[in-house]
Amino acid sequence: MAKFEISRRKFLTAAGLGASGIMLSGCDAFDSQLSIGSGLRSFLENVNGLTHRAQRLLGGGNSLAPEFTEADIRQPMRPNGVTAPDDDAYKALLANNFADWRLEVSGLVEKPLSLTREQLMNMPSRTQITRHDCVEGWSCIAKWTGTPLSLLLDQAMVKPQARYVMFHCLDTIDRSLSGDVKYYGTIDLIDARHPQTILAYGLNGKPLPVENGAPLRVRVERQLGYKMPKYLYKIELVDGFANVGGGRGGYWEDNGYDWYGGI
Amino acid sequence: MESVARSQSEIGPGVPASNDKTLIYRQSRWTRLTHWLWAISLFFMLLSGLQIFNARPQLYIGKQSGFGYDNTVFAIGAENTNAGPRGYTEILGHRFDTTGVLGWSGPAGNETARGFPSWATIPSYYDLGTARVIHFFFAWILTTTLIVWLVASLINGHIRRDLAPRLDDLKRLPQDIANHARLKFHHTREYNTLQKMAYGGVLFVLLPLMIITGLAMSPSMNSVLPFLNELLGGRQTARTIHFTVMVLLVAFFVIHILMILAAGPINELRSIITGWYRTDPPAHDDNTSERSA
Repeated sequence: MAKFEISRRKFLTAAGLGASGIMLSGCDAFDSQLSIGSGLRSFLENVNGLTHRAQRLLGGGNSLAPEFTEADIRQPMRPNGVTAPDDDAYKALLANNFADWRLEVSGLVEKPLSLTREQLMNMPSRTQITRHDCVEGWSCIAKWTGTPLSLLLDQAMVKPQARYVMFHCLDTIDRSLSGDVKYYGTIDLIDARHPQTILAYGLNGKPLPVENGAPLRVRVERQLGYKMPKYLYKIELVDGFANVGGGRGGYWEDNGYDWYGGI
Repeated sequence: MESVARSQSEIGPGVPASNDKTLIYRQSRWTRLTHWLWAISLFFMLLSGLQIFNARPQLYIGKQSGFGYDNTVFAIGAENTNAGPRGYTEILGHRFDTTGVLGWSGPAGNETARGFPSWATIPSYYDLGTARVIHFFFAWILTTTLIVWLVASLINGHIRRDLAPRLDDLKRLPQDIANHARLKFHHTREYNTLQKMAYGGVLFVLLPLMIITGLAMSPSMNSVLPFLNELLGGRQTARTIHFTVMVLLVAFFVIHILMILAAGPINELRSIITGWYRTDPPAHDDNTSERSA
């Protein structure tokens, strides 16, 4: 029995040693393995595809994001990212209240489209009170009004080889050596055709303000905020995105975020 | 005779002498394997989780984060004072100066504003995207491991035999608390009451709650299981619970390590690596009501 007894001093010494070991474990040990393109990073990233497939298996194409009531709209929609594009082209469009703005639908479609804001607003619309979840961790509930993306895809007649919808935006989010980087992003055709996926021109019963993406932004309610580009001007149907930007399917994806933002 | 048995068992670690009754096979391979996979997963999930938290070092109660109103229950931040920048932590409106650790930390002269300090996060620098990649990788490992352990432990009887609470456990509780307080441990095959409560609490309450609140934060899972957030009180409450359970798991870890050190680290480590555990030699006035640490 005595064999297992331990003096208080021995115990405290050992406990102290154990604790300092944990403190020293420090976390820069892993930094060098984790940059984009490194083997370990790419291996770990595979799990995003697993999450994507698992959530598609569970939710299918049409599981709806929760919708809320007017009483849940307790504050203005919090803007994030670019809130006032400094691009001349954008400022010129804004000065004219977007009268010269057009939404292009192009790429792998039978019938490319070019639509004015009025044309979009004359199409059937959907209004939904949903919760916007930012990748940073915060949430904000707001009412969005817009044209279901599926209607535009039907009108443009998507070719069978198309696999993704790519959103092109007017705002410069970054400046690099090779020039200005405009915001862009991609989603799969399942989310593109989802009943709650709309191109929003209205927020909380008013025209979409500049800080939230005027004249048009995407709502993809089963994914995080970075998958919902603002200041939209072109929708391109593509069969891949390896040749665009950093090749990872979006501005934030090129900077390390997972392509699938459903989690 | 006992001393003979003991010396025979010292031939090699983990190799039991056939007539050594004090050395028993205590932990099945499933328990050992899943234990270490959890240890690794939880280490990476904690450090990447603290990095994710740093992107928004505030916790709220309800469906959304209050920007136009106040529903913040916890916040870490930095502020300028006459004495220079200070880090603070605010819990339910009570503010504490946590400069050097929370809010404002880093090498002397090179401090920055960040929630948790660089030594507690992976990567050490601010990188939300990478932390999420790591977090979700190990989330899959942790969840899979928990399911494997559950199935294996139902089949091999680990849950029924070792973890299921019995009436006796309640009777033993006061003595058990007294034994732990005096760091006086008995080594038997069975877990004592406090052990059952700690292990059962982690495996059946904390880890499942961690997984459920994690899933409740996924906008896609919200469309599959819309009742989850309603049950938990909203996505931001789920996030707050997720964080709170993290604190409880860290507390469990600290106590777990201290108890192992106090109860005999070599013997405890051997049992969770090889499965073999040395129990106390049977006393003549065998008191069966006292059980192990």
